[in-house]
Amino acid sequence: MTQKKWFWALMAPLASVIFSIGLTSLILLLKGASPFGTFKVLWDFGSQGSNLVSEVNQTVAYYLAGVAAAIGFKMLLFNIGIDGQYRLAVFFAAVVGAQVHLPPVLHVLLIMTTAVVVGALWASIAGYLKVKRNISEVISNIMLNTIASGLITYLLQPTRLGYNLPGSNNSQTPPVPKSGWLPSFHIAGGNLYSYIFVAIAIGALYWVLLNRSVFGFNLRATGMSFRAARASGINAPRMIFITMAISGGIAGLTGIGEMMGNTHNYSLSFPNGYALTGLALALIGRSSPIGIAFAAFFWSFLEGAAPALDLYGVPVEIVTVMQAIIIISTVVSYELVKRINLLQQQRLVGAAAVESTTKEAVK
Amino acid sequence: MSTVNRVKDILRSPARLYLVAGLALAALSLIQIWTGANDITSDGASGATLRFSIPLLMAGLGGLWSERAGVINIGLEGMMIVGTWMGAWFGFKSGPWVGMLAAAIGGIIAGLLHALLTVRIGIDQAVSGLAINLLAYGTTRFLSGVYFPPAGGDILTSPYVKPIALFTVPWLSPHLISLEHKHYFFISDLAGIIAGLITRTSWASLLLMMALPLTIWILWRTKFGLRVRFSGENPVASESLGVNVYRTRFIAIAVSGALAGLGGAYISVVSTGHYLENQTAGRGYIGLATVIFGNWKPMGVFAGAVLFGWTDALRIRQSDSVHATLLAVVAIAVIVALIKLYQKKFKVAIISLVCGSLVLFYFFAQKVVPDEFVTFFPNLTTIIVLAFLSQRLRPPAMAGAPYRKGEE
Repeated sequence: MTQKKWFWALMAPLASVIFSIGLTSLILLLKGASPFGTFKVLWDFGSQGSNLVSEVNQTVAYYLAGVAAAIGFKMLLFNIGIDGQYRLAVFFAAVVGAQVHLPPVLHVLLIMTTAVVVGALWASIAGYLKVKRNISEVISNIMLNTIASGLITYLLQPTRLGYNLPGSNNSQTPPVPKSGWLPSFHIAGGNLYSYIFVAIAIGALYWVLLNRSVFGFNLRATGMSFRAARASGINAPRMIFITMAISGGIAGLTGIGEMMGNTHNYSLSFPNGYALTGLALALIGRSSPIGIAFAAFFWSFLEGAAPALDLYGVPVEIVTVMQAIIIISTVVSYELVKRINLLQQQRLVGAAAVESTTKEAVK
Repeated sequence: MSTVNRVKDILRSPARLYLVAGLALAALSLIQIWTGANDITSDGASGATLRFSIPLLMAGLGGLWSERAGVINIGLEGMMIVGTWMGAWFGFKSGPWVGMLAAAIGGIIAGLLHALLTVRIGIDQAVSGLAINLLAYGTTRFLSGVYFPPAGGDILTSPYVKPIALFTVPWLSPHLISLEHKHYFFISDLAGIIAGLITRTSWASLLLMMALPLTIWILWRTKFGLRVRFSGENPVASESLGVNVYRTRFIAIAVSGALAGLGGAYISVVSTGHYLENQTAGRGYIGLATVIFGNWKPMGVFAGAVLFGWTDALRIRQSDSVHATLLAVVAIAVIVALIKLYQKKFKVAIISLVCGSLVLFYFFAQKVVPDEFVTFFPNLTTIIVLAFLSQRLRPPAMAGAPYRKGEE
């Protein structure tokens, strides 16, 4: 039975990737481009050394967003507020980081703590509304995302917390001094942020928290059955609130790698859309720390390779289309597998029941 | 005592809408006299409000249809994006009305995909909606790159669509405008607002506004509408009474997609005249917000769309006006506080008074309201409504819950 589970867990995403490649090929054929050539261009450009390094850096960010979403999923929470949480967190972390001068390690820790706290606080607004006012976290988080964007654009004005480089109209926060930087490794012509270790640590923590702690047990129990958890004495509303805050805290770490390893300030070039990506990766990776990592790398590889398509004469956006198809087909295939397994189980139970009654009849 | 009861009766009857609207207009009129900001109720502002409100109204009604049938439609934004693209491209190819029709069809297709995924296959409604948004974003960008450059546009913008004809009601419109310029208290403001609605208005606005009475009529006055709302309140019971819940939901979500698509097309065909990437700018989500703000009722959605459209219009036309309307917020806070004092709910009354005085302080301390704050005004309002009025809200009981035929 366990073997079968593994088989399906691998087959479902694989089948959906193949399905989406097929569908994308069809679109490419309709457009008059060669699918084979397109995928070869993607593969060649994406697997070049320096591109690979930047893809790994992107993987780290996506991975953290994925873990943030996955923790929410364990509690049946749909944290679509990752966008607002992560951007506010990077913004305030950059602001705080630029204001202080501390010894290197302390400085880095301060920046990361700020990010976690800001992310967790922003997420706990949605958590509070969910627990105390019974408001869907999806709606409140969508609203909070826009509010976060507005707050950041407001605070980033040159007269407030940001400033403009001479001759530029793009506002940014002041630079973080060197003690607040994270070192990078020079590999294959690229800079690999050492922030990757933070992501690995978070992944390990996530696994331990979930599988080896009382909190994790309560979390999974509440996610599986709210009523049963309540009956066994778990304070479910409190669990929901804490989970939302933890999810937001991890979301807060999402953009810090880019900030401490590369830009050393916050500007509006930090992209929107991590919420959707994080949720998609958690879905595709089935909320497992390893699965999310594979999914995150696959995602970054696609995006890292996409710019080459322009030279090949295919619009880059075909990759976005492909991603959307992968999300839909993976979720659909998981749902179908779940249905099939359920049917099989019912059949097994039915067969067993028939067997036992016939045995009794023979007796 | 009897007068109190009579007042209560009036406050409970449908006539209170007119009462509230009248009071609001009088308040705005006073504010204009005090602050000298004269664009709040001008015919220009009223016309702009109409143009900004219609996409929100369409998205909101789309959300209403879907949620009343029991399915949350986060894909509204994606369906609007499809509408903007289809409207602009087919509008450019074969005229604006064909564009509107194509946008509705595009929205229906996106809606049917959402219905297939959530109703038939049964995946999470939020996941499906978000995936549709991503799919719509990616597909339209892809198609823009393929179709627009050869036709004289570029990857981000389509060529211009021939505009839809405008109409002005003869005789009435110029008279109302001259009345507006006399600046009488209340009367001129009312004249300005009406004049804005009937002067140089697009036929498309008139047509799309019909969606509001049609929705009310279908959802609350027909057998089919009863089935739609029944599917959202209690699908198991409605199935047992012979309603085909799956089919009802499919149709309702398709209508939802069509409305959102038309709202999108209105932006690209009527408001700007061509497709611009990201021109929906989250209006699908604000549509969702109007559904909550309007307590899942069509007239409430309409009120939300007008309020949010109006702030949008004021922001773009004259930011002084936005500053002046802060006084209206103060007035609302004071009224709420008085009502709550009368009801002996002191905590809420104090909160309301504190908020009111903060806003008043801000009004005197700052000359303008920052644009950024106005941008997220709808979202903030929705959060506040949700936080303080969630006991009063009555969403469809089973909106968002998964439903499988024959299970549970």
